[in-house]
Amino acid sequence: MVNPVAGLGGRAGLKGSDGAAVQARARALGARPRASERAALALAELRARLGGVPPVLTAAGPMGADAAGAAGAAFEVRYEPGDPTAPADTRAAARALAPLVDLLLFAGGDGTARDVLDAVGASVPVLGVPTGVKMHSAVFGVSPRAAGEAAAAMASGGVPLRDAEVMDLDEESVRQGRVSARLYGHLRVPDVPVRIQQRKTGSSAPSPGSVEGIAAELAARVPPSDLLVLGPGSTTRAVAAALGADVPVMGVNALRGGTAVATDLPAEPLAALARSGPAWVAVTPIGGQGFLLGRGNQQISPETLRAAGRDRLLVVATEAKLAALGGRPLLVDTGDDELDRELAGHVRVITGRSRTAVYPVR
Amino acid sequence: MRTAPVSVTPADAKIGPKPPLRRFHQARWDEPLLFELSTPGERGVLVPEPEVPLDGAVPNELPDALRRTAPPALPELSQLHVLRHYLRLSQENLGADLNIDVGQGTCTMKYSPKINEQFARDHRVAELHPLQDERTVQGVLEIVHRLEGMLAEISGMDRVSLQPGAGSAAIYANVAMIRAYFADRGELDQRDEVITTIFSHPSNAACAKTAGFKVITLYPDADGYPDLEALKAAVGPRTAALLITNPEDTGIFNPRIEEFVRTVHEAGGLACYDQANANGILGITRARDAGFDLCHFNLHKTFSTPHGCGGPGAGACGVSEALVPYLPRPTVEFDGTAYRLDDDRPGSVGKVRPFYGVVPNLVRAYAWIMSLGAEGLREVAEVAALNNNYLMKKVLEIRGVSAPYAEGRRRVEQVRYSWAELAEDTGVHSEEIGLRAADFGTHYWTSHHPYVVPEPMTLEPTESYSKADLDEYAAILAEVAREAYDDAEAVRTAPHRSTVHRVREETLEDPATWAVTWRAYRRKILGA
Ligand SMILES: Cc1ncc(COP(=O)(O)O)c(C=O)c1O
Repeated sequence: MVNPVAGLGGRAGLKGSDGAAVQARARALGARPRASERAALALAELRARLGGVPPVLTAAGPMGADAAGAAGAAFEVRYEPGDPTAPADTRAAARALAPLVDLLLFAGGDGTARDVLDAVGASVPVLGVPTGVKMHSAVFGVSPRAAGEAAAAMASGGVPLRDAEVMDLDEESVRQGRVSARLYGHLRVPDVPVRIQQRKTGSSAPSPGSVEGIAAELAARVPPSDLLVLGPGSTTRAVAAALGADVPVMGVNALRGGTAVATDLPAEPLAALARSGPAWVAVTPIGGQGFLLGRGNQQISPETLRAAGRDRLLVVATEAKLAALGGRPLLVDTGDDELDRELAGHVRVITGRSRTAVYPVR
Repeated sequence: MRTAPVSVTPADAKIGPKPPLRRFHQARWDEPLLFELSTPGERGVLVPEPEVPLDGAVPNELPDALRRTAPPALPELSQLHVLRHYLRLSQENLGADLNIDVGQGTCTMKYSPKINEQFARDHRVAELHPLQDERTVQGVLEIVHRLEGMLAEISGMDRVSLQPGAGSAAIYANVAMIRAYFADRGELDQRDEVITTIFSHPSNAACAKTAGFKVITLYPDADGYPDLEALKAAVGPRTAALLITNPEDTGIFNPRIEEFVRTVHEAGGLACYDQANANGILGITRARDAGFDLCHFNLHKTFSTPHGCGGPGAGACGVSEALVPYLPRPTVEFDGTAYRLDDDRPGSVGKVRPFYGVVPNLVRAYAWIMSLGAEGLREVAEVAALNNNYLMKKVLEIRGVSAPYAEGRRRVEQVRYSWAELAEDTGVHSEEIGLRAADFGTHYWTSHHPYVVPEPMTLEPTESYSKADLDEYAAILAEVAREAYDDAEAVRTAPHRSTVHRVREETLEDPATWAVTWRAYRRKILGA
């Protein structure tokens, strides 16, 4: 089951895709729905691992049939959505499919997960293919392929189930500069560690001492005439503040010589800006979960990353934040397989002035 | 041992007659400070009046600026009052000679044999002055020289300096030597990075940074061991050195330590071994055998000298031939007939403390090694590792505790445990468990830097404790964990039978409020 509009807002810098108005604005800003494509990727991985796709029941058109067809799977349609699709369609499709399947694979974001939970609760094992903007819930594979891999493991048997958190972003604390998520409920997911992303911990405001060190290190590395793109997060926001600029916590912002030149940039204008001269991109992993790229910062598109170049991608995090990952690797899911492969391995994380860590990325 | 619980507070009534836990209740004296006990005119020793007037008879060459204008502010007390004061304070403490002191993991709290105190306090040591003529201190120079030789053999290094006053001072001396080495080769501008691991003692990163290097920290690999792939990603033409503790402060021994050293050497860097955790590997493996260029020991950990309450301990630096010219000066030299201090060493990084080392501790360490011999040292390591793995088995049977990283594998001489599961289940934190343990006559302490493992507890039983001691310690932890699940409040409000209930940690961590001297206490707390 695919939520066709999930993720639409992310590339346009809209922090969510809910509501027809937001979706229309996203399309106007040049966003293109990718949920179906990502769902097909998960099915392709499933087929590769099992040597074939088990029988698929789905909803019509963009709500699943398109993806199943693209992945070359034999499928039967059990639900017909309206046009355009709405959250009610997600709930109705989930109710129609749940009693008939061993696993409900859905493509979407936190909002989709909440709709699934509302509709079917813990009555069926579910697994999310990550396509949304906000994915703080622990019900998603770390990437579409990882979701396919986990689904394959489940089809082969012997995989236990566990309760996984479905989260709701607390808009109030976002406004206060602290990104934290509220627990909405639990879904049952196959327990395949590493493949399923961890719940985001409410990373408290970073201690200023270390953030100032990080800011000083960035100031030393990035020439004042170059563009510095800062991904969302309380660490990057505090870094911006230490560099002298006040920027919103959720958006992608661009600085030059300590002043904000653009705030809350969508993907396209950001890529254009990055191509216009030497650009550096500083991102911080999502606390507790480890996503570096592809969750909450999709505006930083593969185009922007390629324009900046690998050497100008700066990863920043306090040591406390790295510690809170409990040894789990950093994760990237840029939507560009080749770029993800290039980024995998080990990355230097700036943890303070003259201090870095070497940390694994997957 | 008795089994009945002590009934002191309502919380105690709930403990019940569980395992054979010792009855303990600490003294509480409301003891004033010595200055507050002072009575004007009171004296401990009455010095006889001189038989002839001294006015003008004793030349005083002190410059005016250094002379007191008023007598020093000293408390005035009789000997008995001083003795009683310190005995009372000692009763309000859990000293190493009083409790089962395995709870200060990373500190290697072993028993310091009392005979060694007698050597250190013998007038032939205690009354020496560092400015005495070399010819009059041949005996102590011989002890220092021989101890250097023993530590060279234990580490496999070519030469050892005993000048540093503690482990961190030894690490700093090593980093200073690394810097001097590359400066001499004209490579210092290029080689400005030092690599360490997150579970190496943080003094390694701190010393490297103090000496002006950039610090790169490696995180463990998926199996919980130091990450060789991360090291390979980190080394290069900028690498000056690897500073690494092994076993790390988690008790995990790096199984690929030789490859770590080789990787750094191939990049042109030096490898420096923090051997402060040598207690589990004495006589089993040596720094030089793994290819290291420098190493250090903490004599106040591995070699049984007292920790000295934060100083002075005693450190030792060992280096390979190529680094000998850079050793701190003076060195102790022996020409076959006499010992002398050599201060004429142009390549030296200089002094890392005044004069030469913490001599009383060097005497204690020498006596300790002499009493054990080579086989005894190896036995120390074997018993320390055995004790640790025995305790680990017992502790891991307790509900709510785990040993993160390299799970399911054994540790060498200490373990960094985690109470994360118990904290999640009960809301009781590790720190509170350590405080509740004080009601049973022991404790553990927060020596878990950096705070990477959640709800940490680091235990290091050393070779000094018996099976019965370890059983008792594990039984105390098991009892406190049971309480956490059954009656979390009793643990959260602990200790109940101790002198001090809670210390406000933040006042100890804030330079504006900490007060380690009477003068600082008056200035910061009394506002005088
Ligand atoms: C492994 C390790 N290295 C270095 C040190 C620093 O030694 P010191 O506290 O004497 O400065 C310690 C202290 O316990 C240690 O455990």
